[in-house]
Amino acid sequence: MSDNILEMRHITKTFPGVRALNDVNFVVRRGEIHCLVGENGAGKSTLMKVLSGVYPHTEFEGEIILNGKKVAFSGIHDSEKAGIGIIYQELALVPEMMVYENLMLGHEIRRGITIDTPEMIRKAEELLKRVRLSVNPSAKIKDLGIGKQQLVEIAKALSRNVSLLILDEPTAALNEDDCENLLDILRLLKSQGVTCIMISHKLKEVLEIAETITVLRDGQTICTLDRQKDEVNEQVLIKHMVGRSIENIYPPRTTKPSDEILLEVHNWSAFDVNLGRQVLNNVNFHVRKGEVVGLSGLVGSGRTELARSLFGNPDGYITTGEMIFKGKKQVFRHPRHAIRAGLAYATEDRKRNGLVLIQSIQHNISLANLQGVSKNGIVNEELDKQNAVNFVRSLSIKTPGIHQLVMNLSGGNQQKVSVAKWLFVGPDLLIFDEPTRGIDVGAKYEIYTIINDLVAKGMSILMISSELPEILGMSDRIYVVANGTITGELDAKTATQEAVMRLATQY
Amino acid sequence: MNELLTVLKKNVREYGMYIALAVIMAVFTILSNGLFISSRNIANLLNQTGYIAVLAVGMTLVIVIRHIDLSVGFLSGFLGAVAAIALTQWNWPVWLTILLVLLLGTIAGLVTAFPVAQLGIPAFVASLAGWLIYRGALMLVTAATGTIIVPNESFNAIGNGYIPDLFASASFLPNVHKTTLLLGAVAIVLFIIGQISDRRRKLQYNFEVLSTGLFTAKLLFISVVLGFITWILAGYNGMSWTVVIMVAVVLVYYFITQRTVIGRHIYAVGGNPEAAELSGIDVKRITMAVFASMGFLAALSGILFTARLKSATPQAGQLFEMDAIAASYIGGVSAAGGIGSVTGSLVGALVYMSLMNGMNLLGTDISLQYIIRGLVLLFAVIFDVMTRKRKS
Repeated sequence: MSDNILEMRHITKTFPGVRALNDVNFVVRRGEIHCLVGENGAGKSTLMKVLSGVYPHTEFEGEIILNGKKVAFSGIHDSEKAGIGIIYQELALVPEMMVYENLMLGHEIRRGITIDTPEMIRKAEELLKRVRLSVNPSAKIKDLGIGKQQLVEIAKALSRNVSLLILDEPTAALNEDDCENLLDILRLLKSQGVTCIMISHKLKEVLEIAETITVLRDGQTICTLDRQKDEVNEQVLIKHMVGRSIENIYPPRTTKPSDEILLEVHNWSAFDVNLGRQVLNNVNFHVRKGEVVGLSGLVGSGRTELARSLFGNPDGYITTGEMIFKGKKQVFRHPRHAIRAGLAYATEDRKRNGLVLIQSIQHNISLANLQGVSKNGIVNEELDKQNAVNFVRSLSIKTPGIHQLVMNLSGGNQQKVSVAKWLFVGPDLLIFDEPTRGIDVGAKYEIYTIINDLVAKGMSILMISSELPEILGMSDRIYVVANGTITGELDAKTATQEAVMRLATQY
Repeated sequence: MNELLTVLKKNVREYGMYIALAVIMAVFTILSNGLFISSRNIANLLNQTGYIAVLAVGMTLVIVIRHIDLSVGFLSGFLGAVAAIALTQWNWPVWLTILLVLLLGTIAGLVTAFPVAQLGIPAFVASLAGWLIYRGALMLVTAATGTIIVPNESFNAIGNGYIPDLFASASFLPNVHKTTLLLGAVAIVLFIIGQISDRRRKLQYNFEVLSTGLFTAKLLFISVVLGFITWILAGYNGMSWTVVIMVAVVLVYYFITQRTVIGRHIYAVGGNPEAAELSGIDVKRITMAVFASMGFLAALSGILFTARLKSATPQAGQLFEMDAIAASYIGGVSAAGGIGSVTGSLVGALVYMSLMNGMNLLGTDISLQYIIRGLVLLFAVIFDVMTRKRKS
């Protein structure tokens, strides 16, 4: 028996008009942690969907050899039976149900015709122990943090006796602590004999955990690197991923912020009525004209809450304090008031609440400023189309045309549509929440360039980001948020990742 | 020919509806020995469709923004009774009666919308309450009199009358309604001009368009169909006021949904309410507006129905809401929100009413009629879901 748990040979998968995978070969050794990297649209997720049977064996060419035997899956049930478990970026847990119920969902233990609850809880505890998660099995999923939910998802996969676990960007939504923890758990699983395939954009963690790295680009296998044999570092990976080396990850900015203050926030507090807790506490900060201000902090620290409470407060927080925008005291009661005054907010989760995925690029771009392309409430189609065409060109959005539905675009191009939407509004201050989440290296660079262009034109950016290098590389000044308040202000020139982290973990 | 096939495959959902309508009409024509396609029956069918089509247009928008309105059936029945009372007991003039009823309908829509938009109550529950309330209200206002006969000729013309023939002539095509022919011709010309300018605009922005040959064929085909319908209508009494109102409602709503800011906002709210809110759209206000329009159209539907029956009955409006919902779904509206067109719901209503009309002509037992209508609805929705899946 070979020591390869999995061999995928000459996999070709075409969608109407696109060849998503082109003669891909992918070999995974038993018991290793194998990372799959590549730009968005490189074919990573497609390859994993081929493997897990989401695309039945009749819909692609090539063969899959699992444990030395050729397999042909017709659906995800077949691959599950064969010991393959897959965990998607979007978690598949039922928030209103308890941890143990989620773990055993579809595999409930019965006694007669009733459910054997004590036995299920016992089994659940066993599974939770395997991922070193100490939560009450009777807690509701929705009450757990995202990091813990991720572990529950892994435990759930383990309950199905997986020997090959696939994780699709497991750390995308996690903070640094939870990331570390997750990587530890993967190592633990490895020691228990589980083979892991992990898709990730975070090269640092890839380098930290992977024994073998396969790089995909444009639907083809570029190379498979063995950490013991090959020299592997971030530069090398980026070079393989984009086919060129990026000298500077952060393009240099030539302009300086002016002294004029655009936004001032004094003693800003917010109370969440639904959760019944204080989400912001005495926040003080300011943004100058033409400045990029970084807002750093762990997930859940109150960064997004701060942005949303300023941007028309759609969550209905009870707010106190003072906000001075463009020299005027303001309280925006709806996002449209904020937009009209010149404040824009690009959300952290563009798919959930940033874009209308089932609509075209054209309709999304003008969504926040239909007044700009209409007269007396009637949309001027010509103007609207021309406007969309202009943005597609100036931001180089890769698409066959402006009528393309946004859901068919890659993450980076979706983000550009979101940017275009706000540029068309022409705000003075753009709050940019996680500007590069889930987008590939090349598109990141383009987004950074756009940010630089905007501040050069006098716009100000308040950038919320979980990625420390990005905060350090792009900001003029940095505020760190922890526990609903600002714990420190740093000059980006002198700040270090350690200094930011120290402030972020200050409670 | 190859292009035709690929185009059909690509737009199977859109064309499927028209094909289904054509097939249903052809089948009934054959089974009824041509009776179905006769001038008199087609005129009758369109008049029957009026009050459901009007409701279906409003319901489509309600479903597009991810809600439902169950109250509109009895609301239209109740408002029809109010119209009858205003005409017969208060002796109001027709125009004032219509104005009052439309106003009441709009207010009723806003009342349904208030708990939905402002308090987050599910529309199913809020409108179910309306269903009960308007049913009771209808029974209440008709309790003393029972069925209210409306003797007013000009009011009843809305549901039964035909537009006058301005060019009546004894020598030139004596038995044909010339004004209807003229309107039909104007419609065909406007349609062709609209299609050509639309195509030119699309070409300018590199949209995919039909090849010149196929485009011409499509224009020709639809023009012939329009011409044929016009000819059939002109051969009886001409175009009825109901058809005029129905077409006007569809055109106005088509314009609102396709060309105006509020139309864009409605589809954005349906496609992703959170993203719409964060793009500065007042989701509550859009919700109120869509329900208000539903109430307005329910009132219009009540007027059409009362005028057609020349009376208001204690049972009027029963199950209208379900017919409208069925027509909307047959017309391709998506329960997930954000997708659906008013022209689709018009065709949906036509499909639905053709089935009813055709089966009545054949003397099909009413129990069987319900079963067949149910199966057609089920098939239409399955077809819709399958074609959508294949696209994505």
